[in-house]
Amino acid sequence: MIDISAHRLGEAEQQLRTEVREFLAKERATEAFEPRCDAWMSSPDPAFSRRLGDRGWLGMTLPRRYGGHDRSPLERFVVVEELLAAGAPVAAHWIADRQMAPSILRHGTEEQRLRYLPGIARGECFFAIGMSEPDAGSDLAAVRTRAREVADGWELTGTKLWTTGAHFAHAMVVLARTDGTPEDRHTGLSQFVVDLPHPGIQVRPIVTIDGEHHFNEVVFDRAVIPGGALLGERGAGWSQVMAELADERSGPERFLSTAPLLAAWVAETRDAGADPVTTREIGRLTAQAWALRQLSLAVAAELARGRSPDVPAALVKDLGSSFEGEVVETVRRLAQVEPRRGAGGLAGLLAEGVLHSPAFTLRGGASEVLRSVVARGLGVR
Amino acid sequence: MSDELSDIRDAVDAILSDHGDDNRALWRTLGDTGFALLGVPEEIGGSGGSLAELAVVVRAAAHHGAAVPLAESAGLAGWLLAQVGLPVPAGLVAVSLDEARLGSGRLSGRCRVPWGRHADHVVTLARSDAALRVAVVSVAGGELARAENLAGEPRDVVTFKDVPVTAVADTEISSADLRRRGALLRSVQLAGAAGAVLESTRRHVGERVQFGRPLARFQAVQQQLAALAGQVTSIRVAADAAVLGGEQETAVAAAKATASAGAQAVTSIGHQLHGALGYSTEHPLGSATRRLWSWREEFGNEAYWQDRLAAIALGGGWWPTVTR
Repeated sequence: MIDISAHRLGEAEQQLRTEVREFLAKERATEAFEPRCDAWMSSPDPAFSRRLGDRGWLGMTLPRRYGGHDRSPLERFVVVEELLAAGAPVAAHWIADRQMAPSILRHGTEEQRLRYLPGIARGECFFAIGMSEPDAGSDLAAVRTRAREVADGWELTGTKLWTTGAHFAHAMVVLARTDGTPEDRHTGLSQFVVDLPHPGIQVRPIVTIDGEHHFNEVVFDRAVIPGGALLGERGAGWSQVMAELADERSGPERFLSTAPLLAAWVAETRDAGADPVTTREIGRLTAQAWALRQLSLAVAAELARGRSPDVPAALVKDLGSSFEGEVVETVRRLAQVEPRRGAGGLAGLLAEGVLHSPAFTLRGGASEVLRSVVARGLGVR
Repeated sequence: MSDELSDIRDAVDAILSDHGDDNRALWRTLGDTGFALLGVPEEIGGSGGSLAELAVVVRAAAHHGAAVPLAESAGLAGWLLAQVGLPVPAGLVAVSLDEARLGSGRLSGRCRVPWGRHADHVVTLARSDAALRVAVVSVAGGELARAENLAGEPRDVVTFKDVPVTAVADTEISSADLRRRGALLRSVQLAGAAGAVLESTRRHVGERVQFGRPLARFQAVQQQLAALAGQVTSIRVAADAAVLGGEQETAVAAAKATASAGAQAVTSIGHQLHGALGYSTEHPLGSATRRLWSWREEFGNEAYWQDRLAAIALGGGWWPTVTR
């Protein structure tokens, strides 16, 4: 009923995995990074991103003429899951590589492709996405930000909330209403690519309960952008955003955000010796992670076939994000380590896991919304 | 699923639908059409075919609630015979879950034999001095004690005392290998039965009207149905992945742990959403849930396989285990 099938990776992908593991081992040996929980959200490191770009591991699936590498989505899956499991600092390029590169390739003009894609593939052009607003959270169709057509392009007015990385991004994709009123819901919305910084756009930090600045409020005060900033078709913004969701929801980051904590706990347990309860729980979480990875891989294989498995993606995201929280809860209960912000090792990873856990089941679609999507996919809504 | 596998599934679905509850006639038809010995090499008298093909048929049979010994006969007994190149004996061949003892061509021991009462022969691992062998023995030579699992499937015990074997061969196979293979097949069956629960539940909440509207119109029901679909899909994809992985221990351990652990949510949500109607033997739901409750324990439940998986992860690293 949920139509996805298990997929087995081939030799080429396993070879690539070995290369990524060797690269990461070298990076760790030179202390280029410390593993972090939720590193794809909260651990930006432009220099690390550029090193990935040098290895050809960003913009992997893009055509060569746009600076990409003509690799398959499954090869990208392997690189990405290795980076996430290692807790590597991938946040700077994350949104650009995951979402904006495929979206600009799909919907962008030739000019937009040539302007942004090569930089994304080099690890030099980072993106933010302006979707949520003060009155549009889970209900994204309620966006109020307006784009008015003016003589020299478009004029944007409104406020975006929870915009990850807008304080270091070079560009931002904005979902705004070009036509009609908020009551028109899904029709009349359009996407724009806006270069940052911009004199008419103010980026203000939102500090979250982990004490850090990952998110922003972005205020557009009659910000004028060129006519060529429209991404895709005028009025097709909603369907373009929905097409991105399968990319956004099904990836390995939806179950691996706390993998560095689990990996560290297993390593520590191995050194210290495992009691039967701990052994059983390590086995339980390992089985769950193995099964979730197979689901995530099955969805990736569907995406690689050119399909848009939005229902399975919602299902995987729901299961994966609740697993991320379960990892934190299990390690907390059994490791008996007091969480310490900014500390190394288990105490630091646990602090990040605990403080980030409310976000897991909210970002990219709250679990309740995802289950509604699944129910609709089953044909009962 | 490949086209060949879909063709096999469609063919076996048609046979299963035709037979209703007549399991004896169904087993005869599965024998006549070659499905009963799928995955067993032709050289020893089987129908040939891969583990993936056998898994498709095993899952379909479980989905339909067919009480047939496909997993035990083709999947385990036939597989054991194939490992040592012994021919498949005539009639129904069952498998022993316990090692017997072998001396001077005679076999002794207490053997748990699923479907034993219907079987003509039993294939068993048997210890002879220090060596392990595969032996074939006639069920009629032993004393059979009947027992059933929660779904009413025969889980008999056959006790042999110095019974002459009809065939024997040396083997490298161990009881652990047999258990792993059994766990893989049960994972596939659990996926089939879980799929049946989801299908029945979806239909029920769409049709059953209470408080003036179909149950499916209630958000609380939708959320539970989605949670059920999540568990069922996890179980199915994990089992399929373990089949693709070809009996490799990490995959089997993870798949059986997933299926056995997931059976709890599948059965409880399935029954909850069916209301009291699903609790009657007149409703087919119980046929699927009783199988889930039985199969989750057979060939090691989730605790057993979680411990195995933990040993692998503690030995070889957590992430290498997850990606195996």
